[in-house]
Amino acid sequence: MAEAATELLTTADGRPLKAALQAAQARARRRALLLVLPLLAFVLLTFLIPIGYMLKRSFEHDGFAASAPALVQWFAANPDYDPANPPEEAYAALVQDLARMQDEKTTGTSGTRINYSVAGTISLFKAGARAAADLQPPFKEALLAVDKNWARPALWRGMESASHVYTPEFYLVASDRKLTDDGWARGGDKERIYLYLFFKTFLISGIITVLCLLLAFPVAHLLATLPMAKSSLLMILVLLPFWTSLLVRTTSWIVLLQEQGVVNSLLVSAGLIGNDGRLQMMYNMTGTIVAMTHVLLPFMILPLYSVMRVIPPSYARAARSLGATSWTTFRRIYLPQTLPGIAAGSLLVFILAVGYYITPALVGGADGQLISNLIAFHMTKSNWSLAAAIAGMLLVSILLLYWLYDRLVGIDRLKFG
Amino acid sequence: MALPTYATPLERIWYYAFRVTCALIFLFLIAPILVVIPLSFNVEPYFTFTERMLTLDPEGYSTRWYDALLTLGHPTAEAPRDGQWWSTVWERATWVQAAKNSFWVGLWATILATTLGTIAALGLSRPEMPYRRLIMALLISPMIVPIIIIAVGMSFFFAKACVAPDSAMALIFGWALSEKGCLANSHLGVIMAHAVLGIPFVIITVTATLSGFDQSLIRAAQSLGANPRTTFFKVIMPLILPGVISGALFAFVTSFDEVVAVLFIAGPDQQTIPRQMFNGIREAISPAILAVATILVVISTLLLASVELLRRRSDRLRGVTGR
Repeated sequence: MAEAATELLTTADGRPLKAALQAAQARARRRALLLVLPLLAFVLLTFLIPIGYMLKRSFEHDGFAASAPALVQWFAANPDYDPANPPEEAYAALVQDLARMQDEKTTGTSGTRINYSVAGTISLFKAGARAAADLQPPFKEALLAVDKNWARPALWRGMESASHVYTPEFYLVASDRKLTDDGWARGGDKERIYLYLFFKTFLISGIITVLCLLLAFPVAHLLATLPMAKSSLLMILVLLPFWTSLLVRTTSWIVLLQEQGVVNSLLVSAGLIGNDGRLQMMYNMTGTIVAMTHVLLPFMILPLYSVMRVIPPSYARAARSLGATSWTTFRRIYLPQTLPGIAAGSLLVFILAVGYYITPALVGGADGQLISNLIAFHMTKSNWSLAAAIAGMLLVSILLLYWLYDRLVGIDRLKFG
Repeated sequence: MALPTYATPLERIWYYAFRVTCALIFLFLIAPILVVIPLSFNVEPYFTFTERMLTLDPEGYSTRWYDALLTLGHPTAEAPRDGQWWSTVWERATWVQAAKNSFWVGLWATILATTLGTIAALGLSRPEMPYRRLIMALLISPMIVPIIIIAVGMSFFFAKACVAPDSAMALIFGWALSEKGCLANSHLGVIMAHAVLGIPFVIITVTATLSGFDQSLIRAAQSLGANPRTTFFKVIMPLILPGVISGALFAFVTSFDEVVAVLFIAGPDQQTIPRQMFNGIREAISPAILAVATILVVISTLLLASVELLRRRSDRLRGVTGR
């Protein structure tokens, strides 16, 4: 017996069984991976590399570094200079670069680059560059005579920061930080636009998620408890909006909610509001919330429905027969069993709402814009690095939510229809 | 969940209140989609029901906004409608061009996404698949990551993704690239972007179909002497085809409805229906948009019907009864 156990089991051709099995399993793994490989390569090329490129852009801007070589060199050689009182050589390098910018017509890009962190530098650079060719040493006094703002420590800090092509500066700007004479600091209340918009986006998404949950819960319950033939018919009413173009649904809400639209006309003809008191329901936050709730509602109904469908009704009946009121039965027996569906639907709706662009852009007006619309705005204004930095921050928050979704729900539970 | 005979009055009230609430929510879901249909036949350029429409006066209705879809961009719109006129519509009319672009982009994106996605789903549903959860998360993420982020990334990358003129790549792909040989402003760029957005839908539907697939059928086919190709086309494909087709339909609809990526990476030659609608709504919204919307609602109803039929067929094939 003992001898037989120590003797290795072998396959027919004499190889040890363990090694043969391992080789076969490795081959099966390689084959499975080989099937996925073409798609992975495609996703890498059209999805991962572009996003990586965007993240690189969020750290990269050579608008100043490329057009001010003398200052870049000086900053690299003198890392410990005092921004409050830069020496004469620094001013000499600056004047040399300003003259060069005037020749190469790069004043605008340089000024704009510094302007992200220090306000008012575009006109300062233009005026400085125009005068630079005629300035005589000592350059410090000469340049300060043109504009004494050239001595501002914040400006020098900004130029030093911009002399690096790669910088985390855009993330600081996207977190409402500004360069002051003492270094980076939070902007005033009026300047807190980016973090405020992030906060607002999350708040509106939260409101939409709650509204979707409130509307989806009764409908999903009805669909789950009706006989199959009836619920299949009603399900079409849920799936048709899901399949209808997003632009069609957004157009419909414009038609319904605008000042001369259907809802206002109905209210006027019903005598509920006067003709001059038509409600402003479009091109503001209300429009965004109503239209997005409608667009995202099927994403809440479907996961709720698939969970509620498999809840056995006998539990609720047992609770009732043991003397629980209908409210207690709902609260303590039914609701806890629907929690997986609530989690799946809410997270999905919230994730999709946070990144929404089209609906807010079309029905949101000035008040109902979300963070995606700000990214698009900066893209159209050619503020590419800033747009990329805001997009990078949005991406991180979405990935956190996605990770949470995977932990709580599991992505393989995602289904349609 | 019919009301039992012993229900108390309060339960009766609650029962009917619940039903009414559900009816109102269904109305909220479906009314906005249906309301555009009658309004697209409005004779007036308004977005509300006129007096004449409400009294069902035929004078209040017209097909002028459908007609406008043909004449916009038509150089001789007023000319008599002979064969020449209709061929100009086919060649020049703005909405017809947009429809053609949308169709071709959607078709190629669907073919790309469905082919790559189905093959990958076959690998993902094998029990030996390594790193399955991670790869799955990556392949689903184009649906989760906000489209604006993908569009911004693509607009940066596609502008740099160019081929050298006269190179081998330019000979193969040149016809689908922009004049400068780049992915930006090119048909290929839009097709690739839309394909990557459609992939999550293909992966989800095909892996769902494969989860009910009996893997021993493959071994049975192989033991009976079928080579891998025969096994795939004669055994696997017929069984998963309903899932593949509904995945393809999802991918097509995704592309057909996509506007953000087009706004960021496409040029003037890649005008699609959603882009035309988006610009139309932003600038001067005319009831012609409602006519397009109505046509799209009809198309989506047809697509929904096909997917429902496919799903039932797939359930039947897999022996799943009911929903």
